[in-house]
Amino acid sequence: MPPKVRDSDPESIVRFENVGLRYGLGPEVLQDITFSLGPSSFRFLLGESGAGKSSLLKLLYMALRPTRGQISLFGRNVASMSRNELPRLRRRVGVVFQEFRLLDHLSAFDNVALPMRVAGARESDVRRHVEELLSWVGLKDHLNSRPPTLSGGQQQRIAIARAVITRPKLLLADEPTGNVDDKMGLRLMHLFEELNKLGTTVIVATHNLGIVRQMAHPVMRLENGRLNTDEAEIISDLGLDEPGIGAGAASAGPGFSRIH
Amino acid sequence: MLTVMLRRRSDLPMNEDTLGRFLPWLIAFMVFLSALALAGMLILNDAVKRWDTGLNATVSVQVPPGANAREDEQRLGQVLAVLAAKPGVERYETLPKDRLLDLLKPWIGEAGQAQDLPIPMLIDVTVDRDAALDAQSLARELQARVPGVSVDDHRVWLSQLVRLVTVIQVLAWAVLGLIGLATIGTVVFTTRTGLAIHREAIEVLHLIGAQDAYIARQFASRALGLGLKGGFLGLALAVPTLAGIGYLAMETGATMVPKPDLGFFKALGFLTLPVAVALLAMMTARSTVMRNLKRMS
Repeated sequence: MPPKVRDSDPESIVRFENVGLRYGLGPEVLQDITFSLGPSSFRFLLGESGAGKSSLLKLLYMALRPTRGQISLFGRNVASMSRNELPRLRRRVGVVFQEFRLLDHLSAFDNVALPMRVAGARESDVRRHVEELLSWVGLKDHLNSRPPTLSGGQQQRIAIARAVITRPKLLLADEPTGNVDDKMGLRLMHLFEELNKLGTTVIVATHNLGIVRQMAHPVMRLENGRLNTDEAEIISDLGLDEPGIGAGAASAGPGFSRIH
Repeated sequence: MLTVMLRRRSDLPMNEDTLGRFLPWLIAFMVFLSALALAGMLILNDAVKRWDTGLNATVSVQVPPGANAREDEQRLGQVLAVLAAKPGVERYETLPKDRLLDLLKPWIGEAGQAQDLPIPMLIDVTVDRDAALDAQSLARELQARVPGVSVDDHRVWLSQLVRLVTVIQVLAWAVLGLIGLATIGTVVFTTRTGLAIHREAIEVLHLIGAQDAYIARQFASRALGLGLKGGFLGLALAVPTLAGIGYLAMETGATMVPKPDLGFFKALGFLTLPVAVALLAMMTARSTVMRNLKRMS
């Protein structure tokens, strides 16, 4: 049994203890999820479609509450937090949603600026940071474009920029490279790595094994609602130690392998 | 805070919903009705003040005509002697017969010009407001000297009229209150609809760390803007309507009601109406959002 979650554990960024989740009266989509991540951790979350990756991320960004077990974020037990305390905690979490969830009536600039404005940042700081970041993700010429006028890949980059603009302490990304080409996918993953080096804990849910192989980060895998953290088993099962697997691998060139 | 709310951009697609077209017209109608009610109240208030100063301190004494002019004079003299000695009577004035005949002209026509027509003599008595002059005891005293004398105390019917006007004023306040309630109801309904329409965007704002107050401010700001727009539109429609009513009142010679007099403070009162309704809409929107977001979570 893992140790009991304490309500103020400065070392813990994420801690799940026997967490279960069901929608309505349906079966449990997540069962007995137990894991913890400290500061500056980086994890790939793997799993087939429907394995529960998005549900796990929803628990992490507090869109859902578990039906059992305990979740602790930044050393605070989420269940014991009042409604007024949640926004402050959420500002420390950046989320790249699978379906982007951009606000279509706002420009790319305003979408990315939202987390800063919500946090009450000065408009001069907003302008400086947002322009810089959008330029970095290759959308310098689309500051005033609205999401519906942009391609899926461009929208995804806006979603990523919005998630990282406040330099969150926890970054959650649900298929962040699903709509971009491999080159841009790697570039975005390097952005996540940069943030990770600065202390952000990153969890990336992905199907893109090529990207997983290229990045030197541990993996965990959801199988039928249960979390497998045995990395050796996952690597062996998915053949991650063999070169040339996954879409990203081909474009990234031959001869590379996972660095442990 | 108000300027911040007016300046703030909306993170929610408020301009794309139909509420923006619907709410200003409703608020315009509310303000239009409020302006009419307020104007009615102000005019009645002025009328009461005028009646109060003009009629509240007067009593009319009516002396029946005698068999001839000499008897008329004798009766009048006796009545005036009582009035002169009566404490609380400040002054009295016998209305000239010509004026009485003029007053009767609309009813009896040129026949009223006949000087020998036997009509009662009328004395206008001004009483001291502070002295509690009893009109009935005065009447009894006068009737003891001159049978048939009657005393018409204006204060009695005036107080009844003032009571009536007060009731009308209370009704006008009630109308204003109902308009306020209708405005609140309308804003609650439109805000709830807005919350349902923008649910997805609100969820995104919550997930990136927006407080309920941040979201409520967007709705409140929107309600304030639409409220001001609709409010001044309603006032703009009320002004010519009131001017028209005032013109018609003067044309028909309605002398009981004073001529509408729009001083600085009254004008300020009218200008306050749209602002007050807009502020009411803003506060209602804010509290509706705060309450509903708590329920939604």
